[in-house]
Amino acid sequence: MNDQSPTRDERIEKLKGLGASRRRVEDVRFTQGKGNYVDDIKMPGMLFGDFVRSPYAHARVVSVNKAAALALPGVVAVLTAEDLAPLGLHWMPTLAGDKQMVLADGKVLFQGQEVAFVVAKDRYTAADAVELIEVEYEDLPVVTDPFKALEPDAPVLREDLAGKTEGAHGHRRHHNHIFTWEMGDEAGTETALSEAEVVAEETVYYHRTHPCPLETCGCVASMDKVNGKLTVWGTFQAPHAVRTVASLISGIAEHNIRIISPDIGGGFGNKVGVYPGYICSIVASIVTGVPVKWVEDRMENLMSTAFARDYWMKGRISATKDGRITALDCHVTADHGAFDACADPTKFPAGFFNICTGSYDIPVAHLTVDGVYTNKAPGGVAYRCSFRVTEAAYFIERMIEVLAIKLGMDAADLRAKNFIRKDQFPYHSALGWEYDSGDYHTAWAKALEAVGYKSLRAEQAARVEAFKRGETRKLIGIGLCHFTEIVGAGPVKNCDILGLGMFDSCEIRIHPTGSAIARLGTISQGQGHATTFAQILASEIGLPADDITIEEGDTDTAPYGLGTYGSRSTPVAGAATAMAGRKIRAKAQMIAAYLLEVHDDDVEWDVDRFTVKGAPERFKTMKEIAFAAYHNAIPGLEPGLEAVSYYDPPNMTYPFGAYICVMEIDVDTGVWEIRQFYALDDCGTRINPMIIEGQVHGGVTEGLAIAMGQELAYDEIGNVKTGTLMDFFIPTAWETPHYITDFTETPSPHHPIGAKGVGESPNVGSVPAFSNAVQDAFRAFGHVHAHMPHDHWRIWTIAEGLGLHA
Amino acid sequence: MSKMHLKMTVNGAEVETLAEPRELLIHVLRERLNLTGPHIGCDTSHCGACTVDMNGKSVKACTVVAAQANGASITTIEGLGTPDALHVLQRMFREHHGLQCGFCTPGMITRAWRLLQENPNPTEEEVRFGMSGNLCRCTGYQNIVKSILAAAAEMNAVKEAAE
Ligand code: FES
Ligand code: FES
Repeated sequence: MNDQSPTRDERIEKLKGLGASRRRVEDVRFTQGKGNYVDDIKMPGMLFGDFVRSPYAHARVVSVNKAAALALPGVVAVLTAEDLAPLGLHWMPTLAGDKQMVLADGKVLFQGQEVAFVVAKDRYTAADAVELIEVEYEDLPVVTDPFKALEPDAPVLREDLAGKTEGAHGHRRHHNHIFTWEMGDEAGTETALSEAEVVAEETVYYHRTHPCPLETCGCVASMDKVNGKLTVWGTFQAPHAVRTVASLISGIAEHNIRIISPDIGGGFGNKVGVYPGYICSIVASIVTGVPVKWVEDRMENLMSTAFARDYWMKGRISATKDGRITALDCHVTADHGAFDACADPTKFPAGFFNICTGSYDIPVAHLTVDGVYTNKAPGGVAYRCSFRVTEAAYFIERMIEVLAIKLGMDAADLRAKNFIRKDQFPYHSALGWEYDSGDYHTAWAKALEAVGYKSLRAEQAARVEAFKRGETRKLIGIGLCHFTEIVGAGPVKNCDILGLGMFDSCEIRIHPTGSAIARLGTISQGQGHATTFAQILASEIGLPADDITIEEGDTDTAPYGLGTYGSRSTPVAGAATAMAGRKIRAKAQMIAAYLLEVHDDDVEWDVDRFTVKGAPERFKTMKEIAFAAYHNAIPGLEPGLEAVSYYDPPNMTYPFGAYICVMEIDVDTGVWEIRQFYALDDCGTRINPMIIEGQVHGGVTEGLAIAMGQELAYDEIGNVKTGTLMDFFIPTAWETPHYITDFTETPSPHHPIGAKGVGESPNVGSVPAFSNAVQDAFRAFGHVHAHMPHDHWRIWTIAEGLGLHA
Repeated sequence: MSKMHLKMTVNGAEVETLAEPRELLIHVLRERLNLTGPHIGCDTSHCGACTVDMNGKSVKACTVVAAQANGASITTIEGLGTPDALHVLQRMFREHHGLQCGFCTPGMITRAWRLLQENPNPTEEEVRFGMSGNLCRCTGYQNIVKSILAAAAEMNAVKEAAE
């Protein structure tokens, strides 16, 4: 059955392995409306849960009267904190070492907080019952500003923490203070700053926003009282972690809990956390003995589950007169809302914000972050970024622009002058990271060349002159950004969530006829894992990707893993996949040698087969080997062909990129138009170029939204002002420009296939590019910095402040 | 609440069901008729995930109450192609990577299907404008636009060949 006819290239092509723009296997069902998302799940007797939520941002709950709701036909139960307290479930741990109320325990701390959970026979009855519950509140003073929250006489928000001066991340110096996190060399930085020729200072605010995936959060909990098993289908980006948390807080043994993430309609960080809706549904199912579904509506999603950002970053950066950076200092005031519900690795309460030295060789730096409680929703998740990396990238890319202004230098030259050079990798940053690989100068030069940077600057200068002469009312902004991401959390030695090491895993079974199934601890939310992980494997084991099934998201069948967020799937689970594939190949080598009657060392791997060294016409294909593994009795070898790998990455990976945005701005209306957007990404080895490009388009569009208008805004008494998609900006196809994507390829030296991860780079890199474009348009008129989001009104305000409307 | 007797033509078949008059069409389709292709992304008529075709027009099914849909003729994503014979749009969305998480996709394709009947030969601008009632959080639209233009080209080529 040896098949010698196809050439080596044809054999490679047939695999659809690494580098192929393989069409996605997921799409066949998605395009027919046959996806299976949480709200599609329907079970016999299933009940619906719905929340009574607080209209106040800070108030005491005096009483909850359920009587009228319980009298409504079809209402089965109404849960309050009092009902959950005997089970110890009225509070739950957050992933950040804090705890959070499941249902209001005596008081509410943010608008939209969960007060009572209604369970009824259908969603309409549940919604009617919510209206019938009478809650008496006594309002308390509200703080939505983190600086005011730290004033000595600020109201005490977290009464449960009264008198506690030690939190999960060290000392608390004020009743609304959560932690202080410090990195770097304070004395050295101060010295460098005081001796510097030039120092630029700026406070950069990255406003509060929300990941807002198109599908909201939800679950179906089903307690089978006959066999004692709890099954929960839900929008979980980390199903195994959810299982462990559910077991720890419910007391149900972990083997009796099955967590399933079905198809997920986008996550972007929104679906990493554990929410009161999940706990209430589980309790309700245990109480009623039937499945209970809870799905939040859009307003609930924006108001209560997982906001992102809200970082006030006060920076000082110093340089020599000719633009060599000498030091960076940053102090962050981080608004975490009512509960610290970030999903950062335990030792990193401000995530990887200490990547804020960016792409630059900065000799000394210092960073402090203060976490603060306010009367806003809990969260602080990584919205399509690795933990707090997008805040860090925005900070440094703004500081570079501010420094360029102070130096009177071109911002592109200033960057190039300070990039970490190719020969400096692996590079140890002043704030403690070891960058694995990079070639920033090459990427930067390619980007500037691609957009025609020099002529753009000339055009911009000519436009300014024309504007001054009164010939035009439009200005041109050129937004530059060179970002360095840090992804792939992470090495177990320093990364864990609730004590669970952040490794990931893959289990492979090869079937006798030469097809395979691989199961992973991650979960796709649109990234196309079923397509790309099969490609990694195809290249490793020589079976066509089309013959490999990828399965994720069911804790009963998948090996333990920490899930998908922080661009960790490719760096960690992708590595586990390659390593498990290599174990398969190692055994296959022995089988091949046996079949070919030569020594193990006398065969070598070639695309999809082992050949006898020096005699390539003698070979066994992987397909033949698979059959032999189940058919032949091979002395010294167990039958079968399976492997498991748990991969603990030796380091993070550091993707990078160069983004440039050219924008036209109408000075009189603040209306902007993107004329050109160029995105160059270097994510190491490229697994599927088509999917990478798609990820970049999507991420840049999220960045466009965030920079140009998307905001979770509150008024002073804690009302959410942007609770629907009417006010919360999501660009349509109409506002979204056409993007140009490009790449360089600098493999990660420590990753088995050299891949670095890409999903989040475009969000990290595009926000500074858009914001810098707006601010750059006004540089010629003395503008230095304005906060995002740059909606039309705010842009108009910049022009007004500069006297350009006179 | 008392229910009304609802008669509709859905994907070419006559269907009858009981529903509360206030019930949203999207819930009738998804929960009473098990057509879970159209999704709910906002229920305030902003996102278009629930888009279906009603009496020859694209509608957001979260903004139509059951009583309004009585007697209507409705097409959902489930009515566009079959597993063995995908609609051109379904094929092109896959070919040009016009989807990622897939949540917006049924609404997108159903809207595009109507758009290409309204305007069989649209420009990129016209596609972008015609699709602006449908939000996507994953793709940045570029490949959606490409998929729709490719589908239009193929549909026109087939039509020409037939003439
Ligand atoms: S669910 Fe109907 S428009 Fe969003
Ligand atoms: S593909 Fe996810 S919302 Fe469009």
